[in-house]
Amino acid sequence: MKLRSILLGASAFALLSLGAGAAKADGELFFYNWSNYFPPELFDKFEKETGIKVTLDVYDSNETMLAKLQAGASGYDIVVASDYMVDVMIKEKLATEFDAKSLENFKNVAKPHDTMKYDPDRKYSVTYLWGTTGFTYDSDVAKEKLDDSWKEFFEPRPEFQGKIGALNDEVEMYAAAAYYAGVDKCTEDPKEAQKILDILQKQKPYVAVYSSEGTIDRMAAKEVAMHMQWNGASHRTKESLPSAVFVYPREGLSFWSDHFIIPKGSPHFENAKTFINWMMQPENAAAASNYAGYMNAIKGSDAYLDESLKTDPAVNMPEKYADRLVPGKNCSEKARDLRNRVWTKLKS
Amino acid sequence: MEFFTRHKRFWLIAPAVVYIGFFMGLPLLQMAYVSILERGTNGGVNWGSLSFDAYISFIFDRDLMDNLIINTDYLQIFLRSFELSALTTVLALILGFPTAFYIAMQPQSRRNMFIFLVTIPFWTNILVRNYAWMLLLRNGGLIDNLLNTIGLDTGGLDLLYTPYAVSIGLTYTYLPFMVLPIYASLEKLDHRLIEAAFDLGANKRKAMTRIILPLATPGIIAGSILVFIPCLGAYVTPELLGGGKFMMIANLIGSQFGAARNWPFGAALGFVLLALVLIAMMVYSLKFKKLPENAS
Repeated sequence: MKLRSILLGASAFALLSLGAGAAKADGELFFYNWSNYFPPELFDKFEKETGIKVTLDVYDSNETMLAKLQAGASGYDIVVASDYMVDVMIKEKLATEFDAKSLENFKNVAKPHDTMKYDPDRKYSVTYLWGTTGFTYDSDVAKEKLDDSWKEFFEPRPEFQGKIGALNDEVEMYAAAAYYAGVDKCTEDPKEAQKILDILQKQKPYVAVYSSEGTIDRMAAKEVAMHMQWNGASHRTKESLPSAVFVYPREGLSFWSDHFIIPKGSPHFENAKTFINWMMQPENAAAASNYAGYMNAIKGSDAYLDESLKTDPAVNMPEKYADRLVPGKNCSEKARDLRNRVWTKLKS
Repeated sequence: MEFFTRHKRFWLIAPAVVYIGFFMGLPLLQMAYVSILERGTNGGVNWGSLSFDAYISFIFDRDLMDNLIINTDYLQIFLRSFELSALTTVLALILGFPTAFYIAMQPQSRRNMFIFLVTIPFWTNILVRNYAWMLLLRNGGLIDNLLNTIGLDTGGLDLLYTPYAVSIGLTYTYLPFMVLPIYASLEKLDHRLIEAAFDLGANKRKAMTRIILPLATPGIIAGSILVFIPCLGAYVTPELLGGGKFMMIANLIGSQFGAARNWPFGAALGFVLLALVLIAMMVYSLKFKKLPENAS
């Protein structure tokens, strides 16, 4: 009696796992991306056109994703990593070579995105979206037009004091303070790090909150009047708060790009390539831009972009600001330690 | 068959032991191992190469001349976590004891209903409850409005994003852990003892301090431990209600596995916390063990 039920159970289990195995061979794709960064309806479109069903998992920072992969998480077919993280992933052998240039739609990739500092031959990555990190303020609160300088953010005028939202992101905050201080964001010199700490500590009493989540709502609800923001978020803030203005500080602002990568041990390698190739079609890239508010790297996607996106200087950067952009950089261990100590001191 | 009956107790407990050993013991061992490894350049660890740097850097810093100097940043974060947890425990006790006492004094049928009510917050995710508190505490939020309506001009409460907001949030979150054990010990309380106290001339205060409180002590201690220890590990509440302005231990550990990419230090911090809690518990239990002996 007992033996029989055990056997029954075992065979049921075997059948189930066989079933699962069969499903695996079919059209599936496990996608690991930032939260709120991919239009859900695009998954349906992709499934309709290719028969591949996408399962989404999300993270809140590059480092969360890295830690998970380093801890041995496998099963993802595509992850999205920022520029400096592409470097880490290639060096740590967490990325699979798939030679993006061999994909049919790579011809659609606009310059300069056909190459990249950390992956010049595009063997491991393709740009998904790119943007900048500046700050947004509510022009209704400001008594006059603000200067395009980080000074307005780090040493706010009286009307903004206590109404500042900062990103709870040590990489972004440290970089912005470094631009303002005029030092390298990957500095290994403790004296320069001290300058950065001084700026951050002087600003802290005026900061209402350090948070990278809900920046749009916080501005729209007027809980804060100024927020360090990614430009796409700033664009979406403007939809509910028309008086929001995005600033390109002249001391420099981070210019980042996020890239599709096929991680080591991807169970559906071919499907991942199909997906990346599909995302390089102009209308699909445009759909992603329209949803997230960031520019893509695909020629011909302009035709499908929302008008509000094209006319918003936060997204479609005026040419004169081009020399203010500072690309992402993978800092050395020593520089990262300094950065973390500054951040910890700020919050201890 | 006989073998099984003879070792019944062993077999009954075996699944729990195996479960704990596997899902708690092994990860702990792994964490201990990671904490004494050399960190990888890009995060992760270099398996096999030992180093005690993680523990050294908890207290010491290297200055420009490569000398070791004492660094108080991490100690300060630990101290703050212990202070906030202690404050929360006291608040939870002040709120929790009368609640538990009241429930225990109700007729049996109503007690179950009250206990049920106490557990209702567990139905909702802690993140959602923290967001709810943000709406309550913020300027122009419900509490601020209420105070203004009854004539107290707060001029903006400025309570959200402060350590007080964190403590309020933590107290709310862990209050049921205080109420339930105290209730459990009060429920068993023999009411005749209280009557006897009154008969022998004790007033209400005496009856409380001499009879009820001592009998409820195991519940109070269990409740305090159940509140204090998870508070030390609070991660979400300081981020949301504290506005990310200062770290508690869990946030510090999180940042080591995140942006700092320093796994050994993160693991070491976890171990220091574990050791401190264990020592505190041992001291506590040794002290507590002596009490009943002295009392009897």
